[in-house]
Amino acid sequence: MTKRAFIVSAVAASLLLTAGSAMAQDKFKIGLILPMTGPFASTGKQIEAAARLYMAQNGDTVGGKKVELIVKDDTSAPDVTKRIAQELVVNDKVNVLAGFGLTPLALATAPIATQSKTPLVVMAAATSSITEASPFIIRTSFTLPQASVSMADWAPNNGIKKVVTLVSDYGPGIDAEKYFKDRLLLNGGQVIDSLRVPMRNPDFAPFLQKVRDLKPDAMFVFVPSGAGSALMKQFAERGMDKAGIKLIGTGDITDDDILNGMGEVAVGVVTSHHYSTSHNSAVNKKFVAAFEKANAGLRPNFMAVGGYDGMRVIYEAAKATKGGSGEALLAAMKGQIFESPRGPMFIDAQTRDVVHNIYIRKVEKVNGQLYNQEFETLKDVKDPGKTK
Amino acid sequence: MQDALLKTSRIKWWEPVVWLLALLAPWLFPHHALIINEIAIVALFAVSLDLVLGYSGIVSLGHASFLGFGAYTAALFAKWIHPDPLIGLVVGTASACVLGALCSATILRGSDLTRLMVTLGMALILFELANKFDGLTGGSDGLQGVVMGPVLGRFEFDLMGQVSASYSIAVLLVLFFLARRIVHSPFGATLMAVRDNRLRAMAIGVPVSARLAVVYTIAAGVAGAAGALMAQTTGFASLDVFALERSADVMLILVIGGVGWLYGGVIGAVVFKLMHDVISSITPQYWTFWMGLFLVVLVMVGRERLFKPWTWMRRT
Amino acid sequence: MTILFDGIAYGMLLFILAVGLSVTMGLMNFINLAHGAFAMVGGYLTVVLMQRFEVPFLVCLPLAFVGTALLGAVLERTLYRPMYRKPHLDQVLFSIGLAFMAVASVDYFVGSQQQIMQLPEWLKGRTELGTETPWELGMGHYRLFIIAVCAALTLGLQYVLSATRFGSRLRASVDDPRVAAGMGIHVNVVFAMTFAVGSGLAGLGGALGAEVLGLDPTFPLKFMVYFLIVVAVGGTSSITGPLLAALLLGVADVAGKYYVPKLGAFIVYSLMLAILMWRPQGLFVRKGGK
Repeated sequence: MTKRAFIVSAVAASLLLTAGSAMAQDKFKIGLILPMTGPFASTGKQIEAAARLYMAQNGDTVGGKKVELIVKDDTSAPDVTKRIAQELVVNDKVNVLAGFGLTPLALATAPIATQSKTPLVVMAAATSSITEASPFIIRTSFTLPQASVSMADWAPNNGIKKVVTLVSDYGPGIDAEKYFKDRLLLNGGQVIDSLRVPMRNPDFAPFLQKVRDLKPDAMFVFVPSGAGSALMKQFAERGMDKAGIKLIGTGDITDDDILNGMGEVAVGVVTSHHYSTSHNSAVNKKFVAAFEKANAGLRPNFMAVGGYDGMRVIYEAAKATKGGSGEALLAAMKGQIFESPRGPMFIDAQTRDVVHNIYIRKVEKVNGQLYNQEFETLKDVKDPGKTK
Repeated sequence: MQDALLKTSRIKWWEPVVWLLALLAPWLFPHHALIINEIAIVALFAVSLDLVLGYSGIVSLGHASFLGFGAYTAALFAKWIHPDPLIGLVVGTASACVLGALCSATILRGSDLTRLMVTLGMALILFELANKFDGLTGGSDGLQGVVMGPVLGRFEFDLMGQVSASYSIAVLLVLFFLARRIVHSPFGATLMAVRDNRLRAMAIGVPVSARLAVVYTIAAGVAGAAGALMAQTTGFASLDVFALERSADVMLILVIGGVGWLYGGVIGAVVFKLMHDVISSITPQYWTFWMGLFLVVLVMVGRERLFKPWTWMRRT
Repeated sequence: MTILFDGIAYGMLLFILAVGLSVTMGLMNFINLAHGAFAMVGGYLTVVLMQRFEVPFLVCLPLAFVGTALLGAVLERTLYRPMYRKPHLDQVLFSIGLAFMAVASVDYFVGSQQQIMQLPEWLKGRTELGTETPWELGMGHYRLFIIAVCAALTLGLQYVLSATRFGSRLRASVDDPRVAAGMGIHVNVVFAMTFAVGSGLAGLGGALGAEVLGLDPTFPLKFMVYFLIVVAVGGTSSITGPLLAALLLGVADVAGKYYVPKLGAFIVYSLMLAILMWRPQGLFVRKGGK
């Protein structure tokens, strides 16, 4: 046969092969959509590992049905996320969608959750407005405003009045900048300048130089997890700590995933976040030990805890509704209150967002490794970014 | 002689069959309507690139500029002015055409590498602009809340995606045949002359710059249509429509399928997207490795031979 | 002044990374988009050697160069050679495929986190001159080191090109491979060596740059754009062209982000666009060059 006929039949054959997934009814399906490739792949890795750990620890049957975890890579492209979510809902008939490493991915999928009445558990994305995009969205990660206002509350009480903010130029960064600034001004502080760093930035040098020239008491930083180490190095290289400028920020810059590799330069950096691997509780110690064992010594970070707690919320809701779906499942997720490896937390029934403690931590060396040691706790911080 | 030339432009027997199958596909395979939609949109995008790359020899690594521009204008139009999809499609296409006309000035001079970089730079600049004007575009969160009206006033965009897929395939069909008409016309012949040897084309009196500008504008419009389709069928537009990955992916797709015959874009889109989907569900993290391997093998073995498994054993 | 210094350091680093690409494109007319992958290999080699085997930093640098050069030589012989005759688009496809494979492999073997380099103590410091004056110059020792190494390499390359026999063979092969072969020059050997050296330089650049630019599996794709910019603006027919282009771009990028942070990323792209529109062949091309 001719080449073209071959191509046509091959295409048809492959379509047929991939058609029709088994429609098993007696399963509780969780569609986990994560960025497994691309710049945020480490987020996907952590969350998947945490989800599987939860399943391993709590069995794969819930509410009388067998749990099936379907993991998909969305390459951090929102239209792909949306399509995958649509396919999961329509073809695989998942009971719940979960994951969502970035804000645009969650926002894009919101209409699907609403239209199909499928609960959507956000385990990573951190912009306030996400939970408002659909009444079916629950969040178990955190929001940048929670971490930022906590830092803006702590800083003025600790000798930091003049600050320059440096954030990555995208949703969460702008959120962090705005809420930090507003709260700091409220507390009598001053934000001398607000710098935004382009997302694809290979070199922090000019921005840091500018900060240095402005001579603030401290620099408040938010960059997504990967860039924290580069920033830290350059901070030290520019002699900014010697010039008396403190480095403060949200915990993303001292991400537990890469903290150990940062070396001496990270010691003493103060951050605010909802989770530290060294959090001193029995629940956390158990979680960390099990996680490291199952993943060749990989340290769980705040992404992992978002995934772990997300699975908890899903499992408990499934138990309560005997493997249900839709509005009933959603109702069972709202208002859950429990002890997570991060500390106590609950899902606010009104906003469907997470309320938890925010800790102020300092990087210290413990047993030869670097950890974010918590030294102050702001209890039950709600997300200040809600407009509704 | 004339007969041979006419032969290439006649519609072959299998073409109506393929297109009929394509139009029916969302109804024959309802569970795959969504990926069919995606394939159709990418195929349209690839065909538009073929117009400039395959038929006119303009190397462009920034074709996503037009995809993105069409997407955002269509999305903004639907959100603020009128939610009708067909009007939005026209608006998206027209605005991309305008952008293409403006940009065509940049691709006229220089070597292949120059054009590569200029087009790339354009796409990146648009990316940054879209990011900066986040009041209008929603910035990196993307433009949300685009609710489309029903197509032709009757067919609502459904969750299954069948209406979207049919809509996209219909648009693809129309624009594909438009493109076909263009490349098999005397205009198209001059384009190929310019592609093959610009100096000689100039010598025989072909107004090279004018031709290139026109084809670039048309291709921009088609890409804009693809972008509008994307925004309309997915209900939002986000920054990554301008990203380097989009332009690079579409170039890959076109080259996989084969430049210079319009079906290359369509075939490439089908193969690439399906492979991506299948491999990705097997290994969500490392599918790029297998994709890379496929590309390397494809080039080494040769596209013709790859699609004819019966020639693998034979040594040329 | 510090900004100028930083810009120069950044530019020199870009140059070392991109010079291999420029020469390969000029010499073999081969668009190698996997060049970034070689840089990444050099970077990872250094990190692994330093972290797992405690090899000192200074020793890692030449090792990174040699290691990547060897890899380049092997790949050239086996995979790249049949590609020379293929059309440019196929070369693009091929090299992107290689880049994808490299990215995924590194992700698989080492993991997707950012790799962090621990510099030796003597490179960590900073010297300040003329503080509080408009001519304040703060020089990070590491950046000084980068500038020094790259300057030495540039001089070395220029010397090899102009004063050695290999250099003249190379220049002859670039100008006209057929005639060069006809004159008895083993063009294939020249190609192989040049490719190896170019890749080695990329590897060295990756090792040097890991500290400044960060190192993770997506490195090749992230920075490919910058390399291409350097080659496009600098032209492929000399070494000084890309050098000046890289310096220009480095300084413009750094200065732009400092003085007009709102437009940070724009500056580089707009500058490149403007230059290419004004001089489509690149800024520094010999008359009658490719």
